[in-house]
Formats: sequence, C-alpha cells, structure tokens
Amino acid sequence: MTAAVLSAPAPQAAAGEPLALETRDLTKEFRIGRKWYSSGQPLRAVDGVSLSLRKGEVLAIVGESGCGKTTLSRLMLGLQQPSAGEIFVGGEPLTNVDRKVFSRRVQPVFQDPYSSLNPRKTIGEIIRDPLQIHRIGTSAEQNAEVEAIMERVGLARRLIHSYPSQLSGGQRQRVAIARALVIKPEIIICDEPTSALDVSVQAQILNLLQSLREQMNLTYLFISHDLSVVEYMSDYVAVMYLGRIVEAGPAAEVLRAPRHPYTRALLSSILTADPGLGLPEVNLGRGFPDPLNPPNGCRFHPRCVDALDKCATVMPRRIVSGSELIECHLHDTAATD
Amino acid sequence: MSSVSDAVSPPALKPGRIDEFDTLAPSPKALMRRRARSHIGLIIGASLLAFVVIVAIFAPLLAPYDPYAQDLTRRLVDPVWGPKGTWENIFGTDALGRDVLSRLMYGARISLLIGFTAAVIAGIIGATLGILGGYFGGRVDSFIVYLINVKLALPVILIALSVSSISGGSIPALIILLGFLTWDRYAVVTRSMTQQMREREFIMSSLAAGASHTRIIMREIFPNLLNQIIVIASLDMALIILIEAALSFLGLGVRPPMPSWGLMVSEGRAVMFFKPYLIMIPGAAIFLLVIAINMAGDGIRDVTSPEGRG
Amino acid sequence: MEHRKYDPADAPVLTVEGMNVDIAVPAGALHAVTDVSFSVRQRETLCLVGESGCGKTITSLALMRLLPRTAKLTARKINFEGHDLGRISERQMARLRGNRIGMIFQDPMTSLNPVYTIGDQLEEVYLRHRGGSRSAARKRAEYLLEKVGIINPGQRLGQFPHQLSGGLRQRMMIAMMLMCEPKIIIADEPTTALDVTVQVQILQLLRSLQDEFNMGMILITHNLGVVARMADQVAVMYAGRVVEQGSAEDVFRNPVHPYTRGLLDCMPKRGQVAANGRLGSIPGIVPSLVGQQRGCSFRNRCVLQRQACSEGQIDLRPASSGHLYRCILEPAATVLPTTLPVGSAA
Repeated sequence: MTAAVLSAPAPQAAAGEPLALETRDLTKEFRIGRKWYSSGQPLRAVDGVSLSLRKGEVLAIVGESGCGKTTLSRLMLGLQQPSAGEIFVGGEPLTNVDRKVFSRRVQPVFQDPYSSLNPRKTIGEIIRDPLQIHRIGTSAEQNAEVEAIMERVGLARRLIHSYPSQLSGGQRQRVAIARALVIKPEIIICDEPTSALDVSVQAQILNLLQSLREQMNLTYLFISHDLSVVEYMSDYVAVMYLGRIVEAGPAAEVLRAPRHPYTRALLSSILTADPGLGLPEVNLGRGFPDPLNPPNGCRFHPRCVDALDKCATVMPRRIVSGSELIECHLHDTAATD
Repeated sequence: MSSVSDAVSPPALKPGRIDEFDTLAPSPKALMRRRARSHIGLIIGASLLAFVVIVAIFAPLLAPYDPYAQDLTRRLVDPVWGPKGTWENIFGTDALGRDVLSRLMYGARISLLIGFTAAVIAGIIGATLGILGGYFGGRVDSFIVYLINVKLALPVILIALSVSSISGGSIPALIILLGFLTWDRYAVVTRSMTQQMREREFIMSSLAAGASHTRIIMREIFPNLLNQIIVIASLDMALIILIEAALSFLGLGVRPPMPSWGLMVSEGRAVMFFKPYLIMIPGAAIFLLVIAINMAGDGIRDVTSPEGRG
Repeated sequence: MEHRKYDPADAPVLTVEGMNVDIAVPAGALHAVTDVSFSVRQRETLCLVGESGCGKTITSLALMRLLPRTAKLTARKINFEGHDLGRISERQMARLRGNRIGMIFQDPMTSLNPVYTIGDQLEEVYLRHRGGSRSAARKRAEYLLEKVGIINPGQRLGQFPHQLSGGLRQRMMIAMMLMCEPKIIIADEPTTALDVTVQVQILQLLRSLQDEFNMGMILITHNLGVVARMADQVAVMYAGRVVEQGSAEDVFRNPVHPYTRGLLDCMPKRGQVAANGRLGSIPGIVPSLVGQQRGCSFRNRCVLQRQACSEGQIDLRPASSGHLYRCILEPAATVLPTTLPVGSAA
C-alpha cells in the first residue's frame, strides 16, 4: 500500500488549486490496557484512511458506531495525533502541528448541542471565545464579528446575553455553528450534527449548513449514520467499517448503486416514510466483531452474506478507479494475490 | 455545485426569523434566585450565618465589655435567666469575672477566621490537585490519586494534636495545619467531576478552537466546579471549626486568654456541675454555627445543581 | 416473515378515552396531554409520533401510572382487560405493570441493574409476578432469550448488562418484558440509541414476537420512517394533543393536518439532494403549555394560520372514515404552499 495512492473520493484537482483536505494513509492505533509492565493490546481505530476533498465540497463518512468515525474526526481536528499517515489542509501538511494552528483551518460542529456549550457562559462569550484565543481584533471588532455571525446563522441578537439552558436544541446547534465559523475556517467537521435534534429542527440545521456552505465556500466533512441525511447533504460518500474505508465515491454512485455488501446492507436498513412496505430485510450477519481482535482477511467477512472462501484469509485490495474506491474481493476483477 | 437561490426554498426558512415566536426562558441566575427564595433551609442557614459574621465583624462595637477584662469581684455571675442573673452580664461571667457575651462575640471572630481561611487553603490545595489529576489523567493523575490516598490514611486528629502541641497554638499555625489536613474531599470531588467534564463536547470544542490547557481549566472547567467547591467548603469549614474547638478544648489550639469557643468550654469544665451555662453557651454557639453553615451549604447545592443541563 | 394483521373485529385490549395529564408547575398547570383517545387491539401497533415535548412520553408514562407526583391524570376511561387504569389502586397497578403491561425504554442500560446478572433480573420479574420455583423461571428465561434471537442463552444469563452491546441489551429488555406474557407492549423509542442495521433487526423482532404472542403495541418514536414501517394506526401528537390520527396509509399517503404535512416535508427523501432544493421546515418552537389553552396549538407555526385559529376549542374531526384531524380547514385546503413535490430530485 503506497502512501501516494489517492483513494479518492475526489480526483486530484485539475487546475492548480490545491485540495481543501487530504489525508494519506491516516492511521490511529490505541493501546488498550497499557500498564508499566505491558504495552497493551493494539486497537486500530483508523486504519490507512486516504481521502481527498476539494474546496466547497461535502464528503460524508458513514458507518456504524465503533467504526472509527469519531477517531477520524478527532484526528482531522488535531485533537489526537495520528500514529501514521499525513493530513494536508489546502495543500499544507498539518500533521503533528499544534492544535492552535489546526484550529484556524478546521473547526468542529458536534452532535449534542446540550453538551457542546458550556452552561456557565453566555452565548456571546461562547461565540467570541475562538476570537479571544487567537487574539483576533479588538474588543469592539470581536463584538461586531459575533453579532454578524449570529445574524448569519439565524440567531436573534438579543440572545447574546442568554445562557445555553435558555435555548432550544436547534438554537444551541446554531450557536455551535456560529462558534465554529467565527474564525473563518476552511473546513468544518460535522460530527452527527443533527442526530440529537427533532426532525423539523434537523431540516432547519441541514438547510442552514447548506446555505452557509454556498455563501462561504466551506468544505464539510460530514459524519453521520443517517443515510437519508447523507444523501441530501453530500457530494461524496465514504463508508467505514472497523477503521477502514470499504467503499467511497460520488454520493450519487455509492448511494444509488452500492457495490460493497456492507454499503448495501446499510442502504437497505434506511426506513423511508413509506407505509405498507413493512420492514426491509437487511442482509447482514449478526454480531459486531471485536475491534481488538479484527477478523483475518476481509474485516467484514463474518457478517457478509456473499463472502467467498478467500474473504476469510486474504485482505481485499484497495481498488481505485477515478473517484471511486472499493475494498472487496467480489469487485476485484483482476483477482491477483 | 450549482448554487440554489433562496427562492426555491420555503419562505419560512429565513434565518433570523426562527425564534420569533419563542419567549425566552429565565436565565440560570434568575432560576437560581427563584429557587433560593423558596428554599427555607438556605434562608435560615444563611441568615444565621450572616448574623454570626456581622457579630464577629462588629464585635468591638457590639461587645458590652472588654473580653479580656477580669473583674474578680464579679466572678461566676449567673446569666440573666439564672437565679442571681442581672442585665449587666446577659450571659453571666466566667471564673475570672470576664463577660461571657463579649467573649462569645470575640470568639466568633476566631472560629470564623480559622474556619474560613483554613477552608480556603484546603480548597485551593484540593481543587488544584483534583482538577489537574482529572484533566490530565495518566501519570499526573496516578500521582495525585496516590497523594489523596496518603492523605486519607492520615489520622487527622492525631496529627493535629501532635503538631499543634509542638507548634504551640498560634492562629496562623493552626490555620495552615487545618488547611493541610482537610483538602482531600475537594480533591476527590473535583477530580471525578473534571474527569466527567473532560469528555463533554464543550471541552472538545475549546480544544479544537486552539485554547491552551490553562485557559480550558480556568475558563471552562473551573466555573462549572465553583458551586460544588463552595458546597464542600461549607462542610469543610464546619469540620474545621469543630476541630479547632476540640483542639482548643484540649488545650492544644488557641491559647488563653484568647476567647475561642472551644477554649471557653474547656475553661468552664472545672465548674460545669454548678455553673453549667459556662459550657452550654459556647457549646450552643458552636452547634448553631456549624448547623448554620451546613444548612447554607446544603441550600447552595440544592439551588445551584439542578441547572446543569438546563 | 408475513405480518399477521390484526383483526378489526377484535375487542380492543386497551381503550383510552379523553385522557388528560396536567402537571403542577410554579406558574400554574402545564397541560402536558390533552384529550387523547385511542384503542389498541391484539397484534395491532399504534404509533405515537411527534417531536420532543409533544406529550408522547407522558402519555406512555400515564398508561403505566409512572407519572411524577406533581402530575394529575384524568380520563373518561382507560380500559385494560376490564381494569380502569386511571382509577385502580397503586397495588393493583403494580401487579399489572411488567406483568400484563410490558415496557421497553430507549436506554436499556438505565432499566437494567448493573450489579445483577441478566439471569437474576429476568428471573426476578417472573418470580415477583408469577411465583414458582427459580428453576422454572430460569427455564423460561432461557426459552425467551432464544426467542429474542440470542445465541447461547445459558451463558448470556450469567453475564452483566455492561458486558453486552446495545443491541443485545435491548433484546434482553424484550425478553425480560416477555417473561410474564404481557398483553400489551409500551415501547418508548426502543431503537433510537441503536445503529440503523440493529434498529431494523430489533423492530423485526418486536413485530414477530407481537404476532406470536398476540400482543398489542404502543410504539412511541420521533422517527417517521419507523412509524411508517411499523404502524397500523398512527397518532401524530403536537403540544399535548393528537392533531392527526388514522391508519398509517392515511396519515402518510394523505396527510391532512398542516403539522403532519410539514413534518413529512422535513424528512430527507431517498434521492433528494440539496442541490435540487431545500428541505421543508417548520419555523418557530412549541408554545408554552402552561395555563389556559385556546384555539389551535400549532397556529403560531402554521403557514396557513388565520383569524379563526386562535378561537375556541378545535376538535378532532374526520377527514375520511377512521382518519381524524384537528384543524379548522377542510382537508383539501391544508396543502402547504411551499411543499416540494416529493421526489423532485432526479
């Protein structure tokens, strides 16, 4: 596996402009149960993830809990250092740099708007915080900036002195978005930004994120388990399973003609609001494998309904064509190894 | 990606119009005030405590006599309700003819001074250790847990007794001693609270915004612990006041002729069978002060804690 | 797995008529649930759907009589197997709860006691309501674990809740609920905390058990997809009231109430992408439920609002047979002006 393999979703930018975000073979290994007398058991939460994304695009990462989405987002935010691999933002390497450098370019919007705002601070203080950390502007300029960004995300100015507990879930998520945008980052990592919200509020927040993206030319890494939301929001989709990207490509391709058995299972479990259809059959073996003891061969094979013999022994190759990627023996026509 | 004009989207979707219907819920501070006003325990405890504090501060103005002035002609005068009591010495006089009420008032200063300062010292030590351990985890935490365990294994009263018998009862020495002996509760509580808070997303957001660890501890974590620290401080202060009284009673705390309440009980011991008021009055004062502090502390907890999540 | 449909001729297992729940708050009475009526037959699934604060959870707690002490439950009738749940004593209720009425909650971890093994907890339910020997209880526990699709039940019974994954814990909860053969299941967001693939499995399990044991089910959820796929009957709740009620077919194919229509527009459809237009949305927030309620509770968020909406009391009325809605407008007049055509995206 060479580091230079661009496992897409987006192909190399054609004309000069550097990729907004790129990771090369990003890997994060944790040591579980480390003591002074033992180095613990390795857990590869993120395993050789290579992604690239042009400015203004949305890449969704989908997968079940425990697939490594959260660790990936923390690596992208510089909250954790990768064990191997590199991250580039706007063409510049940002691997192992200080959080503070990272934070100017990449900002998060987290899942739970109840836990993502400090209950002891006012809305104004929360949104202003990044400006103070980076010492941007005078106090008056910061005030103006806070008010401008509040207006932009649809928060009434009178809320500036309120506390989070006085706000609804949707308003809180707007505050979280405002805080992320106030220092004008290029990339926003949206980690399940609407899964704690009601349907009608979710729609408002998704619409807001889309409008902001268009107005401010933002790039989103959109982490979600809700494939309907992913389809609505994203240009590219990468499906993660046990730390690896098993399928990636343009959203339209991946979600309409899924190739990997896991992607198909995920898609078949979407419950659309169609009465009378009943519950879908999801072709998926039971039991989530132990990440501490990932299966040999293809990591998905114990749950795969189409598994071949070699799936249990041989790790599938990563096949990249254009902006599409797949890691599955069923789609490896070359059948080498 | 073609941009979509707003005309396509429903007209209802204008940012800035979203909260036009809602009435703002009361702020956490307003809610706290509201809860405080209806919390009888807090009101009683806080007023009692405020009363003692005022008496202590204004003791020189309020006390009818010099607490040190002896009048051997008026020894062991009964309090006003006793058989030979007079309004001149409302709480009577002690074996040296000193006015009990005046000594009680000045004694409040000593109890509160020692209780408050030692609790603050203990709080600073305990909270610092607890927050550092909870926040940084790993080896820092292991070391701090070790310190806490060592501290918990120490027999507080015995150490207090032996150290103060050596150092000889100066008030600053007592304060430092008691401060260093009671910080563990702060450390245990702040450590576990910090551990929980560290996983919350607002800390993640702050880290992702590039905030330094110092800033996160001071601006994000500490304000969320403050109420809890105040509650522990109230319990701690009550405990310290009791230890101080016990030490003084045993002759190892505040030295005569200073008017410490514990010392007053001790001095009354000799005549306790025929002049019980000499131990009952300072004893009641200790009891009331400790109860008041505990009630106020409980009240603060009740009033501040429910708004954690709004 | 063919779903055996309920028989409309069956007598309902549970009938609720005119249920209200008022909660005493400092500012007065909070009308958490107002005028809710429904009935559930065996093998029938009723879904209560709505957003947070709509009263769906309070409704379920009221049926189990687990309301907070400040809440007051009144109802013309809550009939379950000849008992009036609104009037029977706490002791009689305790005998029904967990025995004839099964409950499943969103987070199984909070309903399972972490210091006892799964086996102990399952047996305890059985022994409490049924008596008998521990070995009989264990046998039933093993039988039911197999029923809920747990491989190797003997071994699982000796495990503690934290040793199980979320999906397994929810299966345990379902087994626990079945220990005493309930006639009705009240499931409050049973799959919200689970992964999508596990969600489907758990829903399938609930459905097949419901058919096998002839149970009625009240399924409470905010997930419209779950409702569409699970429900026979749907009650859409808003601000403590049912605003639309009918068969799943009626409510999803021909929604009448502006709120239902708005809610369905908010849901991203398959094939809908942002480039082709925004999701529908419902502006504003749920009004305060404290104090006297007049007119339509949805009016302040309704694009079709008019003068008459704020007056008097608006009753449920039929849009068609068995399909009720609570709006002053005629069914044809409630089409939202901004509704995007479904599937407008290519």
